[in-house]
Amino acid sequence: MNRPFAITLDPGSSMVNKTGTWRTKLPVYVDRLPPCNNACPAGENIQQWLFLAEEGNYEGAWRVLMRDNPLPACMGRVCYHPCEDCCNRAKVDSAVGIHAVERFLGDEAIKRAWKVTVEAPHSGKHVLVVGAGPSGLSAAYHLTLFGHRVTVYEDGHAAGGMMRFGIPKYRLPREVLDAEVSRIEQMGVTFRFKSRVKDLDETMRSGGFDAAFLAVGAHVAKRAYIPAGDASKILDAVGLLRGMEKGDVPLLGRRVLVYGGGNTAMDVARTAKRLGATDSIVVYRRTREKMPAHDFEVQEAIDEGVQFRWLSTVKSEQSGAFVIEKMVLDDKGKPQPTGELGVIKGDSLILALGQDVDLSFLSHVKGLEVEDGVVKVDTRMMTGAAGVFAGGDMVPAERTVTVAIGHGKKAARHVDAFLRGAAYNPAPKHDLAEFEKLNSWYYTDAPHTVQPMLDAARRQSTFQEVMGGLDESNALFEARRCLSCGNCFECDNCYGVCPDNAVKKLGPGKRYAFDYDYCKGCGMCVEECPCGAIKMEPEKT
Amino acid sequence: MTGPAPIKFYQTGTLTVGNRLLPVLNQSVQSDPGRSNALNCGHRACQGCGEALGARYALDAAMRATNRKLIVANATGCLEVFSTPYPESSWQVAWLHSLFGNAPAVATGIAAALKVKGKADTRVIAQGGDGGTVDIGFGCLSGMFERNDDVLYICYDNEAYMNTGIQRSSATPPTARTMTTPAIGEEPGNVFGQGKSVPLIAMAHGIPYVATASVADLRDLEHKVEKAMTFHGARYLHLHVPCPLGWGADTAHTIKLARLAIESGLYPIIEAEQGEVVGRRTIRKRVPVEDYLRPQNRFAHLFRPTLDTRRIAEVQAIADRNIRRFGLEGGVQ
Repeated sequence: MNRPFAITLDPGSSMVNKTGTWRTKLPVYVDRLPPCNNACPAGENIQQWLFLAEEGNYEGAWRVLMRDNPLPACMGRVCYHPCEDCCNRAKVDSAVGIHAVERFLGDEAIKRAWKVTVEAPHSGKHVLVVGAGPSGLSAAYHLTLFGHRVTVYEDGHAAGGMMRFGIPKYRLPREVLDAEVSRIEQMGVTFRFKSRVKDLDETMRSGGFDAAFLAVGAHVAKRAYIPAGDASKILDAVGLLRGMEKGDVPLLGRRVLVYGGGNTAMDVARTAKRLGATDSIVVYRRTREKMPAHDFEVQEAIDEGVQFRWLSTVKSEQSGAFVIEKMVLDDKGKPQPTGELGVIKGDSLILALGQDVDLSFLSHVKGLEVEDGVVKVDTRMMTGAAGVFAGGDMVPAERTVTVAIGHGKKAARHVDAFLRGAAYNPAPKHDLAEFEKLNSWYYTDAPHTVQPMLDAARRQSTFQEVMGGLDESNALFEARRCLSCGNCFECDNCYGVCPDNAVKKLGPGKRYAFDYDYCKGCGMCVEECPCGAIKMEPEKT
Repeated sequence: MTGPAPIKFYQTGTLTVGNRLLPVLNQSVQSDPGRSNALNCGHRACQGCGEALGARYALDAAMRATNRKLIVANATGCLEVFSTPYPESSWQVAWLHSLFGNAPAVATGIAAALKVKGKADTRVIAQGGDGGTVDIGFGCLSGMFERNDDVLYICYDNEAYMNTGIQRSSATPPTARTMTTPAIGEEPGNVFGQGKSVPLIAMAHGIPYVATASVADLRDLEHKVEKAMTFHGARYLHLHVPCPLGWGADTAHTIKLARLAIESGLYPIIEAEQGEVVGRRTIRKRVPVEDYLRPQNRFAHLFRPTLDTRRIAEVQAIADRNIRRFGLEGGVQ
């Protein structure tokens, strides 16, 4: 070849120099479990639906949400959002208002009449669901998606369980509940209202059911013996709230005492205010810190003028006055009587001391075990009786709507496996995406969007919804506050910061790939990944 | 009547390299799958090299701004050695190397030739490390400024002669350990009160455009390269590029250190036109200089065996003065 003077080699590209051989550690893309997903009792993939909501794809976001939870508009209102308690954004400014975005998506779905279609072919199996509360609705929805026929037996006149007969309207408007229930009904679920199952074996046999999911809830109010001159002055909270739903407005008088410290006590104290009580006083045997009610509900009650009498128990009633005994907490935090008595005037006393499960319909079921008043279930949510599953408030667990929805989903998966004669094995969970794994530098500073609150005066007198919703622009803002912990959101940082061009960009939705021929293993992509979706591993030898 | 305009919020805004939520027009050059990759894979820079990264950032932006009509003259140094071991080259841009000290003069010649040939739409960049720029090539550089030749000069500042084994340059910061400023004696490491700021010297020449930038702020860097290409005449860009080897730092911390240099105030990000400061990047989350110094072994003697509070305070005073002098205090830019 004819080369210039003193040139002996053709020019070449540095691409022949495979610098990947220098590497001792290599970066690997991972998905980590965001703390919100980890905390969600309904097992929602929150990070994923927020990712879709961030780009304004609300229907896509709603559909991802619906894979796990059939009641987003209800849950966005009544869930205690444990997801937000562990949100990593709280360490940057404040937690993402996940429930508010969920509610927005749920409301959009109702407004735009988005539907869920059943893709699975019909399995020929028929499943009985006892109880149309959140757990029963969730199970019925998921079982229908699996292709099974579902019939729900419900004692009450409508579906919703505690969402209808326990949670007041000012927290969950009934139009919202009705819309989400009717969507499930339209998928082909049969509801039989005012149909109490008296003997499970008999119902299973006569109905030709292949499996059953029990979710009757806990509706029997716990009582305390309080000697009273006029027994009609003492009511129970669940009975009162259920009566309200049917249109029975109780006569409580001007001065109402509520005995108990749980969320039901807060609900009933706030309801009493709305019914015209001038004084609504919660009597609780321990302190505010020890109250089982969620703090924000206590705060909202205080804002509405509900009063509190801490460290007190009710002893007896006589001619319009209740005898109260003062308590002290011992070193173990348990309340102990002091013998010191006082009198507090009151026109009525509402007991909110917790609820028991009515288990009478299960007395003939072989193998089914009961312990501490609730039904024992295994890790599949199956009771001791084969093919009989149970969930919600009637099994040992925290009694919240979201936990119940999670039970319904989990049970449906195992019922489906049971009906197919297989086992359902959930995929192993990813490692948790802790805050330390993120690089928070990259997230823009943004405050939490506070949901507009109805002013206190208005909500004391009406049953109008207390919390307002987000509109489209601030829902989008809120969704975009998500840090996408542990899951790539395609920010191009790895693609940009690699000094060796060893990251390939694969296009929207496809993320990136490492070119290990040239990656030297410096680790810069790991350090600069905002969301902790890359990790270093030792080089394979 | 209309309410207040809704707040635009894009999760990571322009802090990340790309952002799927931003309109295409607002995307960075580096996020583009069709970027030039002016410095391609296979180069022999160390792991985590800030200079290799900075060169690709700057030249890719220049390639876009000039519609890929670009010629680059390179001074001797790491950048030249690791990119072009004969007969291989990593450059995907017209590129040539002559000597350590003459890159500005070579570029001047290229620009003059292009003008004569009527190809003035092809633009010229000269580039080098801090050694080739602030010391060895300084005479040629000042001449290029003074004649206002149509060249953008980019200095990749890693604060010492890294290619020959970490010798002090006049861009090496006080207290830093190099092979020629060892960490021994009463005042270990580089001394206070020496060295020079070439960006300020460039401004004193009254040339059309002078700017400082950093690999820690890609969008600012790309913006400045593009802006520089809107001017004709001599322009100067000083780019801070950490060197994991020479600084004794973790290879993963290159951008993090560059960021801490900005956020501590030690590396002011400014721009100037005709010798006057016209823009500054204010500090987003201020940190003490200690946060920047501690992860680097070249400053280890400030922390071990005993904490050298006096000299750390002197370094802090430099940062504080920068913040005062250039008005770096404040929120997001």
